[in-house]
This record gives sequence, C-alpha cells and structure tokens, in this order.
Amino acid sequence: MSFFDLKGLLSPLTGLQQFGRKPHTLTYTKEAADRYRGLHFNKLDQCIGCGNCSTICMNEAIDMIHIEGIEGKNGDSGLRPRVDNGRCCWCALCVEVCPTGSLNLTKDYIYVTDDADSFLWTPGKNNPDAEEKISFHSDVDTSLSMYQRVPMREMDGTERVSSFAEVVLGYNDEEARAEAQRCISCSLCTEVCPDHMHIPEYINAIARGENEEAIRIIYDNNPLPEMCGKVCTRRCEDVCAIAVRGEPVAIRWLKRYATEQAKTADMIKEIVNPKIEAPNGKKVGIIGAGPSGLTAGYYLALRGFDVTIYEAKSHGGGMTFYGIPKYRLPYESINKQVEYMQKIGVKINFNTRVGKDIQFEEIYNKYDAVFIGIGFEKPWKLGMIGEDLNGSMQAVKFLEIINEGGSVDVGKHVVVVGGGNVAIDAARVARRLGADVDIVYRRRVQDMPADWEEIEGAEDEGVNIIPQGIPIEVIGDENGKVKAFRYAKAEMIPDPKGGRPRPQQIEGSETDIACDTVIAAIGQEADYSFFPEDVKNKIKFERGRFVVNQKTKQTDDPKIFAGGDAVNRTADAISAIADGFNAVKGIEKYLLG
Amino acid sequence: MREETTTIYLGPQHPGITGNMMVKLQVKGDTVVKAETHVGYLHRGFEKLMERRNWLQSFTIVCRICVPEPDPNEENYSRAVEEIEGREVPERAKYIRVMVLELARIASYLLWYGGQNGSAGLYTMGQWSVGDRNYILDLFEELTGGRVYHMYIWPGGVRRDLPEGFADKVLKTMDYLEKRLDEYDKLMFENSIFQQRAQGVGIIDPAKAVEWGVVGPPLRGCGIQSDVRKDDPYEVYDKLDFEVPKIEGKSDVWARALVRRFEIRESIKIIRQVIEKMPAGEVYNKVPNPMKWIVPKGDAFVKTESARGEFAYYMVSDGSDKPRRVHVKGPAYVHGVSLLENLLVGENIADVSFIMNSLGTCPPEIER
Repeated sequence: MSFFDLKGLLSPLTGLQQFGRKPHTLTYTKEAADRYRGLHFNKLDQCIGCGNCSTICMNEAIDMIHIEGIEGKNGDSGLRPRVDNGRCCWCALCVEVCPTGSLNLTKDYIYVTDDADSFLWTPGKNNPDAEEKISFHSDVDTSLSMYQRVPMREMDGTERVSSFAEVVLGYNDEEARAEAQRCISCSLCTEVCPDHMHIPEYINAIARGENEEAIRIIYDNNPLPEMCGKVCTRRCEDVCAIAVRGEPVAIRWLKRYATEQAKTADMIKEIVNPKIEAPNGKKVGIIGAGPSGLTAGYYLALRGFDVTIYEAKSHGGGMTFYGIPKYRLPYESINKQVEYMQKIGVKINFNTRVGKDIQFEEIYNKYDAVFIGIGFEKPWKLGMIGEDLNGSMQAVKFLEIINEGGSVDVGKHVVVVGGGNVAIDAARVARRLGADVDIVYRRRVQDMPADWEEIEGAEDEGVNIIPQGIPIEVIGDENGKVKAFRYAKAEMIPDPKGGRPRPQQIEGSETDIACDTVIAAIGQEADYSFFPEDVKNKIKFERGRFVVNQKTKQTDDPKIFAGGDAVNRTADAISAIADGFNAVKGIEKYLLG
Repeated sequence: MREETTTIYLGPQHPGITGNMMVKLQVKGDTVVKAETHVGYLHRGFEKLMERRNWLQSFTIVCRICVPEPDPNEENYSRAVEEIEGREVPERAKYIRVMVLELARIASYLLWYGGQNGSAGLYTMGQWSVGDRNYILDLFEELTGGRVYHMYIWPGGVRRDLPEGFADKVLKTMDYLEKRLDEYDKLMFENSIFQQRAQGVGIIDPAKAVEWGVVGPPLRGCGIQSDVRKDDPYEVYDKLDFEVPKIEGKSDVWARALVRRFEIRESIKIIRQVIEKMPAGEVYNKVPNPMKWIVPKGDAFVKTESARGEFAYYMVSDGSDKPRRVHVKGPAYVHGVSLLENLLVGENIADVSFIMNSLGTCPPEIER
C-alpha cells in the first residue's frame, strides 16, 4: 500500500458527515439510572443503629454518631451512620447488609464543596428530601441479611402429650453453626438482656465451631445458662436487628446448643475451669436456691467468699425447678448446674426453711452479709365463689407436685384460668395427664403474656384456648367437688389512655363448662412471714417487693441484699440472674470496700 | 567520533497509555537503543489488602485492578471463591456474566481505539470510540449502578437481575455499534496514515512470544490462535458460537489492531447469542452473612480472557473469614515490562506509546 493510495486518503474524510451530530457524552444533564449508586440516604426512623453498615465498610468511611432528636431505646442504639464521602467507594455493601433496609443509595451524584469537613455527612439528616431519589436499595430477597431462621426440630404434637419427654430436640452441630452465622454482632441484644450476656461473642464462637469457648464466654456472667437456653423469656430476640424484616436469630436455642455440649457437672468444671480466688474470710448467707441465689452464690464463691445457701425444698433451681414442667426443662439440666456450683465450693443446705428450720436472726448474725432470693411462692387467689372447692387448685402448687414426681387426679376435663406462661404450663401438663383442657383468658390471644411458642405448642397438643372469657364462678356438686366452671364472654373496649384494650363483660353471656378440675394461674406473691418485725420495719417494700439500690441490690439494711422475683417486676429467671450478679458486686463493695 | 545517547523519561504520568508508569529510554537520534521500565507509581497493594478484608469486602477491591475493564477481575475473584467453596452459580447468572464480560471487552476495545489512534495523532477516532463507549457505560449504569467500576459479578452469581427491557437496549446498542464499526474502519484501517504507522512497527517474534508468555491480542497477532474462552472455556462460553481470529502477517501493531477489529465484532455476536439463550431463573446463590462467611481450606487457579489477554487468579483459603492469599496475574506484567523492554529497542521514539498501546499495557495490573 503506497502513501499515495487515494482510498486511504479519502476514506477518513467520510468522518466529516458527523458534523452537527448532537454529542452524547454529557451525562450530567440526564438523570441517573434507577439502580445508580450515588450519595447515601438513610431513613432515620427505620434505622436502628445496628452499625452493620459501618462494620462492612472496608474503607472505614462510615462511623456511627449521635444525632439530635434521636434517642436510644430497646432495639435502637440511637446512633446513625455518618458517611465520609471522601472515602466512600460506592460499592453499596452497606446497603446490601443493612438488616432493616433503611440505608440506600440515591441518584444524586453531584456534591461540590470547598469545606473538606462537610464531606462527613449524615445520610437522611443532610439530605432529608432525597427519599424520592432512592435508587440502589436492598429488599428481603436481595439483602445479604439472613432472614430465615434454621427451624428447630420438635417432637410431634400428638406424640408428646403421652410423656414428659423434652419437646424441643435442640440443634445439631450443623444447624447451630448455620443459625449462628445469621448474627450480625450488633449487640442490641446485649443491651436489653437484663444480665447483659456476651451474646455476639458466644454466637461468634459457635459460628466458628468453638463450642467450648462459647461455654466459657457464657459462664462469665451466667451460671445457669442451660436453664436460660431452654426457658429464658429471651427479650434479646425481640430486639434482634434481623427481626425487623425477618425472624430473629435463635439466641436462646444457640445458648442451649452450646451449654448442652457440657453433659455433666464435671465437664462444665473442666471446660469453664474458673479461677477461684483465695478465701477472703468473709461469710455470706443466701436464702433461696433459685436463679438469683445460685448466681450470687456462684460468683461470690469464685471471689473467695464463704457461701452458704438455705433452701426450703429438696432441689436447687427455685421456680425454674418446681414451676417449669419437665418437658421444657428436664431435671438433669438444672441438677448438673447446681452440682457444678457445689463443686466450686457453694454450700447448699436443702430442706431448710428459714423461719421454721432455722431462724432468720441466726443467719443474720452468723454472716457478714445476707442475700435474699426467695421469689414469689404464694399464689394469688381468683377471689371468686367456689374457689376452695375440692378440685380447684393453684397452678404453682399443681406444677410443684408434678415436678416433685407426685401425682394429681385431674379427671377428664380441666379448665385453666390465666394467660401467662404458668397457665400454659399447667394446661400442657394437665394434657399430659390425659385430660381435655380449656384455657380461659380475659383478653385476646395476642394479648396473652405467655410466650408465643408456648401458646402454639399448647395448641399443637390439643389445648383449647377460650379468649375473652371472664371467670365468674366455680360450681361444685353436693359433695363439694368441682363439677363446672362458669365464665362470661367479654368484648374489648379500647383504652382511652392508649393502653391495651380492656375486656368488658357482655351481659347475659354466661357459659358453663363441665369440668373436674379448675386450675388458677393468675400470679403469685412473696411470702415474708419469716422476717422478724424489726427487720421488716427497717427494710422498705413497695407493692410487695423489696426496694433496693438498682446497682448494688442493697436494701435499706446495708447488710441485707435482695434479688429475683421479690425485687424486680419482670419476674423472669434472667432478671433474677442479673440481680444475683449485680448483688455480688454490691456485696463485694460492702464487705471488701 | 564518539556515539552519544540521550536519556528520555517517558512518564510517569500517563505515558501515552492509561495508568502511571515510567519508561526510561536511551536514544540515539530518534532511535531507542535501550528501554527500561520503571513501575511503582500506582502501587495500591490490592493483594495485601485482600488478606485483611473478608471474602465479600475483597470483591469490591479487585475491580480497581483494571480501570478500562474491571469485570474479568470480578469474575475471576468470584469464580475462584466459588471453586474453593463448591458454590453453585445459577445458569442465568453465568449468561449475565458472559454478557457483562463481553460488554466490558467492547468498552475496553473502544477505549483502545482511542488510545491507539491518539498516540498516532489521529484524534477524531478517539473522540468517536470513547463517545460510543459511553453507550456501553450507560448500559452498565443501568445494570449495575456504576459506570466504570461495576462491582456486579460477585461470589454466587451477580448482584441483581437485568432491569426491565434491558436486553432490548443491549441489542439496540449492539446494532448501533456494528454500524459504527464500519465507519471506524474508514477512519482507521483504511486510513493511509494509520497503515503507514502501524505496519512493520513493534514486531514480536512468534517463537519468542510463547517463550515470554505473551497472551491475548499480541499473541493472536503472531498468528497463534490462543484464547482462554476456547481453550479452557469458563461460564457458558462452550455453548456459544464465536471465532478466534487467525492473523497472517508480520505480528506488528497492525496485526494486533486487526485482532481487535475482528474480536469486537465477535463480542457483539456473543452478546446477541447470550441474550437469545439466556434462561429464566435465579441470578444469585446467596452467600451467608458476609461477616461470618467462612470459606473452607483450599486453593483455586482460575483464568479468563480479558481484552488484554489471559487474566489469572490464584487464591488460597486457610479456612478463615479472609483470603489467605490472592495472587493476580494480569497480562500487562508480561506485556508492559519484559516484552516492552525488548520490543522498543530499535524503534522510533514517536512509536513508543503507540507500541505500548498496541500491547494493552495497563500499569495497575503490573502492581497489584
């Protein structure tokens, strides 16, 4: 090809026909695409401040800050992400891992400023109007949060009413690791846990397959974790970040899985291998071997105190032993943990009721400090006609007899009154004794304070729930034996103050259910009869509960500390454990300074 | 008379190519007698960074290894992880990946049109091709949310499915581009100036090429039909009909330009087939929570055919939440250092960046 090739010279000139064509490279004049990854926008009211965006950001462009007008609450850290636009690389991983879907990227991409500091900005606050420009977002399908829980295997409903065998079968290794993987380690759960357990840490350990490490982490502030792993009220799961758009991480089942790996008291001791400090010469007496008393006893013993627990009954665990049916919490689960504490050096005097077998004054004088964890033992009465008939009983007493291995003749048809966990427990136990069971509850099913899993479990087992039923009367036959239960239907009246709707009796709607047994489960209170008058006068009570220093659990008598149901209104085991744990710090400060 | 040489420093700021590197030239008159490449101006430590970031975070780093064509990196990274983990990729995602890879190849070649002609002083061609590349970037913006760095192909599949009507837009763009390619020919391949500049310049000895490890268009320019897509098919390339050019001639800049001229048309052909054959279904086999995603122990070696040649990743996992080692082997390491130093000797100074462009030298690939 020669240089003077005519075609070679003329061909390029065809380019001249492009003259006058509209240029198409000026993109700033047009709107960005629907998926464009531009500047961030955060829906501030949807954001829960979990900080997952900040964790995933490999450029460390996101930090979590307090912003005016947003306060932390349960399930919301009160923090919101702030983005350093100078570091952001627009990969949008923050959007992909946002469990709530509040963080998005927008079509905005022009941001010019001469102030370098203003590159730090808070999406949603700095661009409040950008919501309509949201482009890159993640929904439940595309999000990297794992919204589906690994299902828990359970015994079949019809099979389980035939025995007291444990209903929940527990996770296996594979299931537990898969479930643990869902956790995003935001720690919102730790905040609401009364005991502030190290939840993300032990879940991380489980996810890595390091079960023994998980057990060590768990025992750091909870000496009864297997019990908690089975029956905890798990407020942690209510605030789980994943729960905003999916099912919460099964924190309770994971704890159960980890703790079940230590099958005996000796194994627990070997794995936890706690450091026990040399005796410091101080003696602490504890009344009640329930969750709070055991917790206080365990951690005091570890810190070198000489600890003795006085327990009226023959087993440790308190209400968790006597009040919770064995299909939820088997004997071994509690016993091995109590046995482990005894191995650590906690002395427990069983069958010793204070006020009867030993006087309170004796304990008070013998020890340098006294911790009271007596719980709520005395059931409330329904206060209706026929309550004292033969065949009408209290759920707590009923469960106690069954849990001690005794038997109760409940007949063919049982009516349980109440909507809490105790009511459900009583109903499910009665079902296992072969009876047909109705639960009568004043409000709607969704208002029941019982755990939804328990309610579902009861329904699976064939328990019939009658909501909006107001108890009227227990009707007896000529021999003073229960023959029927009368209740009236109620309609729900909205509460003018915005509280939950109240039931109001519908006139003329009274209905009778023929039954052999009526079990009342409407609540309990503490029995303070063992207190001498002078001590009683010294300590302040409010609505049947001790008034204590929230941090130290110390009562007005500096030598007396208290915890558990007799102190806190939440009345669950984990709060009792937290009380015991905090009391240890209080007692330590009081005795050792 | 004593023979004097002069030292000329070409670069380090974009020495006629995109990216920062320096070529130290010893010239006698206009002729290069020695060329020494100096890299180190663009070191961002990608490989080391990945050892400190978890498996998902690392995926957003790799695209930055090549600006004009980031997608082979994403694909390589993802496929290596998938291979170690044994993670299945949905069929639809594989097709989408191929489409993205081919779109990226076209975009990369269009940028090369600009660079190759620009370094010969033919600026109109560059304005056209880079302008047309914008249409591809528009497609990328719509599909991935990003124009240049897509971060779209990730372990398990692709991030999002095609938006509504996207396939039609791609086809329309392809039709437009095909028409434009003929106009490019008139401006470039039929242009005497380009012919004169490209023919007989930067000749690679075919026997040496294999020895040196030359890959991609420079190797195919030597008449050797080597293409990873054919030799070691990945994703769904084995189900697609396309050809690898057989170039006869001198293995000079001209030959390499012919390779690209041919391949850009093949890419259009591939994209049309992909859109036709793409099955419906999922596009993503979700990875677990990235913060706790553990990839089992193992290693993988994967490679793709990028616009500049074989692009390979070697990845090792020690069973933790981060890669133990990710080694990136880009074609530019061979092309831009050892081959270039040999090829420049005896060439004219004015042809240095012209030759560099023809080899597809990409400094960030050299310094990972």
